Amino acid sequence: MSDSTQETVPAGGPLDAATLDAAADAAVKAFADAADLAELAAVRPAHLGDRAPLLLARRELGSLPGKDRADAGKRVNAARVRVQDAFDARREVLVAERDEKVLVEESVDVTLPWDRAPRGARHPITQIAEQIADVFVAMGWEVAEGPEVEASWLNFDALNFGKDHPARTMQDTFYLRERKDSADTSAMVLRTHTSPVQIRALLERELPVYVVCPGRTFRTDELDATHTPVFHQVEGLAVDKGITMAHLKGTLDAFARAMFGAESRTRLRPSYFPFTEPSAEVDVWFPEKKGGAGWVEWGGCGMVNPNVLLSAGVDPQVYSGFAFGMGLERTLQFRNGLPDMRDMVEGDVRFSRAFGV
Amino acid sequence: MRVPVSWLTDHVDGGLPADPEDVGEAFVRVGLEIEEIHRAEEIPGPLVVGRVLEITELTEFKKPIRYCRVDVGPAENEATENEAGGSRGIVCGARNFAVGDLVVVALPGTVLPGGFAIAARTTYGHVSDGMISSAAELGIGADHSGILVLPEGTAEPGDDARPVLGLDDPVIELNVTPDRGYCFSVRGLSRELAASLERDFTDPAARVAVPEQQESSWPVRLDDAEGCPRFVARRVTGVDPNAPSPWWMRRRLLAAGMRPISLTVDVTNYVMIELGQPLHAYDATKLQGDIVVRRARAGEKLRTLDDALRVLDPDDLLITDDSGPIGLAGVMGGASTEIPAEHAEGATIDVLIEAAHFDPATIARGARRHKLPSEASRRFERAVDAQLPPVAAERAAQLLVEHGGGRIVEGRTDVGAAPAPVPVRMPLDLPDRTAGVAYPRGATVQQLTRIGASVELETGDDGKGVVVATPPSWRPDITMPADLVEEVLRLEGLDMIPSVLPAAPAGRGLTAGQRRRRAVSRAMAEAGYVEVLPFPFVGDAVWDAFGLAADDVRRRTVTVVNPLDAERNTLSTTLLPGLLDALVRNRSRGLEDVALFHLGQVVLPHAQPVVMPEPAVRARPSANEYKQIDAALPAQPMHVAAVLAGEREPRGWWGGGRDAGWADAVEAARLVGRVAGVELRVTKGELAPFHPGRTAVLRVGDFPAGHAGELHPKVVEALGLPPRTCAMELDLDLIPLADLRPVPRVSPYPAVAVDVALVTGDDVPVAEVADALEEGGGELLEEVRLFDVYSGAQVGEGRRSLAFSMRFRADDRTLTSEEANAARDAAVALAGRRVGAELRA
Repeated sequence: MSDSTQETVPAGGPLDAATLDAAADAAVKAFADAADLAELAAVRPAHLGDRAPLLLARRELGSLPGKDRADAGKRVNAARVRVQDAFDARREVLVAERDEKVLVEESVDVTLPWDRAPRGARHPITQIAEQIADVFVAMGWEVAEGPEVEASWLNFDALNFGKDHPARTMQDTFYLRERKDSADTSAMVLRTHTSPVQIRALLERELPVYVVCPGRTFRTDELDATHTPVFHQVEGLAVDKGITMAHLKGTLDAFARAMFGAESRTRLRPSYFPFTEPSAEVDVWFPEKKGGAGWVEWGGCGMVNPNVLLSAGVDPQVYSGFAFGMGLERTLQFRNGLPDMRDMVEGDVRFSRAFGV
Repeated sequence: MRVPVSWLTDHVDGGLPADPEDVGEAFVRVGLEIEEIHRAEEIPGPLVVGRVLEITELTEFKKPIRYCRVDVGPAENEATENEAGGSRGIVCGARNFAVGDLVVVALPGTVLPGGFAIAARTTYGHVSDGMISSAAELGIGADHSGILVLPEGTAEPGDDARPVLGLDDPVIELNVTPDRGYCFSVRGLSRELAASLERDFTDPAARVAVPEQQESSWPVRLDDAEGCPRFVARRVTGVDPNAPSPWWMRRRLLAAGMRPISLTVDVTNYVMIELGQPLHAYDATKLQGDIVVRRARAGEKLRTLDDALRVLDPDDLLITDDSGPIGLAGVMGGASTEIPAEHAEGATIDVLIEAAHFDPATIARGARRHKLPSEASRRFERAVDAQLPPVAAERAAQLLVEHGGGRIVEGRTDVGAAPAPVPVRMPLDLPDRTAGVAYPRGATVQQLTRIGASVELETGDDGKGVVVATPPSWRPDITMPADLVEEVLRLEGLDMIPSVLPAAPAGRGLTAGQRRRRAVSRAMAEAGYVEVLPFPFVGDAVWDAFGLAADDVRRRTVTVVNPLDAERNTLSTTLLPGLLDALVRNRSRGLEDVALFHLGQVVLPHAQPVVMPEPAVRARPSANEYKQIDAALPAQPMHVAAVLAGEREPRGWWGGGRDAGWADAVEAARLVGRVAGVELRVTKGELAPFHPGRTAVLRVGDFPAGHAGELHPKVVEALGLPPRTCAMELDLDLIPLADLRPVPRVSPYPAVAVDVALVTGDDVPVAEVADALEEGGGELLEEVRLFDVYSGAQVGEGRRSLAFSMRFRADDRTLTSEEANAARDAAVALAGRRVGAELRA
């Protein structure tokens, strides 16, 4: 057998085992020596191309007798597989190297500062008004609204401000006339508080009424660090059967917790407002108060005056209610530690931007 | 209202807490707001009473100077290295004192308020061994017109001056709410304090002995019993007008913030503060005939005590005599019957004291009309105890005689009748039901008794207890059950009230309009605009700067009667002026790229004013009345507006930015429309203050809802705006709320994209070409988008090429390119017919 082989496969010929091994060794070495994919591609035809020794060897197979051909074929194939595997392995390594290199080359300084889109923002007053509305909407209340130029009747009379009662002068009012030459200067005002919305809500809605009314209000205060003639309030009103001052306190406490944290609560001090009786000032316990937790004046409140209920057509024998009101600028001022009210009205973009969208 | 603690102590049994803060707390608990607690600044060092022994006038200086020898008591009179002893030598610039006067001397070593350290020094050629002090220098008043001279007998030379001056007596400043007129007095305040501290109260009014009198002291007639229901007068003759007011009285007046003037003035002021009843003292020798209280007649005039000649209004309530008006009732007396300031030595005066009860509203109107808020009017307009007049008149008469000599003349005028308090009926459990608290049995009756009401209990028709409380004469504010409830609740303490969250019925959440406003505001902010909240006040100047025509409807504004700034006395009809102000302010602060927005109401008055109805109170206005109120108010639609200047897209290391332009303003408006649920249509327009060639009208259907574009260069110049400032404003209320938007059918079949380039005249608006394509493309057309605009030689002068990409798709099948091409041809054909567009060759 071996004799016949030695006879038909000439030593040193293309199908000779040593020759095949040498060709395969040369290919493996050439691939291993290729430094990159281009070199690899360049050496590939010499070892795996049509004119490569192993391919040429394969062509010789046909001239061999059956059994020899099978043996030689196995040898050629084994050599080819070895060369192909070496090629593939080397290619994989080189591709990985190249990919890695590309990524390295494409890396950038991600810390380059960029502000590629203009930065918009919403005013903190809008944001806090929405926050408050959300707190009350979550309790089942609704958000009521009214006009800023308001009938004196709704701003004062219906709220139990007597025509000549000194309480009318408690709120420094902007009086309006529809024409420069109109004689009537008492029918309309810039609303001095959001309380006329109480009357509107009672006139427009079915009882019971639970509404909160954020809005812009006006008083003739000169602009300074702690006053502004144009400011915002939020008003709350609940009118239902069996409403008590304890309900007022409970609502204020829940409101305080929502705004100032779980530790917050409120305290009532007796006071006077024409539209509530009894009336009280609200202090809120503010855990983050500058210089240590403490009470801060927050707003006014009370049980809706029966005269107000009557003016809105509600029978005070059957229904009772409570109302409260706070200044949003003031709330923001102490909650966020804003030193100067003027920042809220001047419209400097740096101010609103600090509060985001 | 300012009051020294010592004055309150007099009337609260068992005295007051030692710490004035605790006194303040006690006030706050029952509803009086503390403005401030004033403590005199501590004055360390030898501050003593001295007596002036000798005055040497030094005349050789620019101003007259006195060198005085002052007896400062044996302990301080001792000889020093400079002085012989027996007295101190002090140089003084004031002249309002004489030999023998008691003065306050700050000796060397004393440090007066403000860190003013006193030391011996040589001045005007003499050693000044201390300082004779004024009230202001001592920190007990504002008066530094002269030095403080204490009345004889107040103290001895050498006495420590501090207790004499009351430096140890804090002054409480309170804020009295308008319903508690009685708290404008020591009497009212100490009653509240006693109630708060649960101590007994001694009524200073009850301590005044008011003798029965048969005769009248002066004939008085009330012609206007509504304005003046009661008038009391008491007369004192032979009073020494030069007698000094006692130091304790002056000190208390100073502490209360009033300037001591003369005995009669001081006494009337003192009694007013003590009891709460304003008084007026007439020089009885100047009164002519009967006193008549009546309203003013047309054309009448009165010279008031402040020497102003006032033209009277027929609504003014007057005190008159035969000579005419002698006083503006309850507000200010007249000059003609004033007790003169200067009197000869040994002269006496004849004083008629008026203590009247006036209608609060009349006094309030009068004081407002004449801009004369006085201590008297402040009290009268909050209602004074109608039973006080005889008591207060008596107290004043007694004090005058006690300190000024003379005698009270027999007889007292007391005409008219005080309105009697009306009993208020209240269910016994109303306070408990209002507070949500079960108060101890008897609490209601006890607290109502404490405020001075007379209380009876009855059984109502329903078998339940009823309180019948007759309010005291000083509480005319108590007229209904809720007023009684308040008294019980505040005296029981509001801190008793528990915290109970009420269960509101299920709500409907935010309205569609409210949700939309939030969405618009967020979208604008996300698009890079910063929200600002400018004031609504503008002046006509801005309309001129805007270049509005004289008859432009936006010039029709609501006027503010009492503006803070006369130049801005109207309410704006557009949001742009406020936004542009803010833009300028930002630019002036070095912020170059500014994009701002504002969401707010504007005020648009009627073409013809509508009469505002005035419904009655305490009854529901009719539906019609309520409708009329809203109809009479100006329209106040919700607008959204934006302004922008500088770079819209910032430049940076990535390359150049992009300047803000008219297209950004249009885009902002379209964004608002889209968020609000409407695709706004854009047409070309012309409207000040916009650039006439760069103004877009934003339409809902055909209806204009606002404008956007670049501002007119003249407007930019007039307002000092950055070049090419752009703006937009929309009336949000004109955009209908679309709660249920139609749901589109989303086809899953492939689309066919086709591009067309159309050549048109360059004056043809793109929107019209796009509209024609849209319409002509039919149902298969899904989207039209302009992607390029070219003008130049290739298309010819006056023409431009518009490149559109069109996407076609069928709902039910894969579209063939033949179908798509046919649809495209139809679209192009329509554009050709409508605007003369031709396919670009």
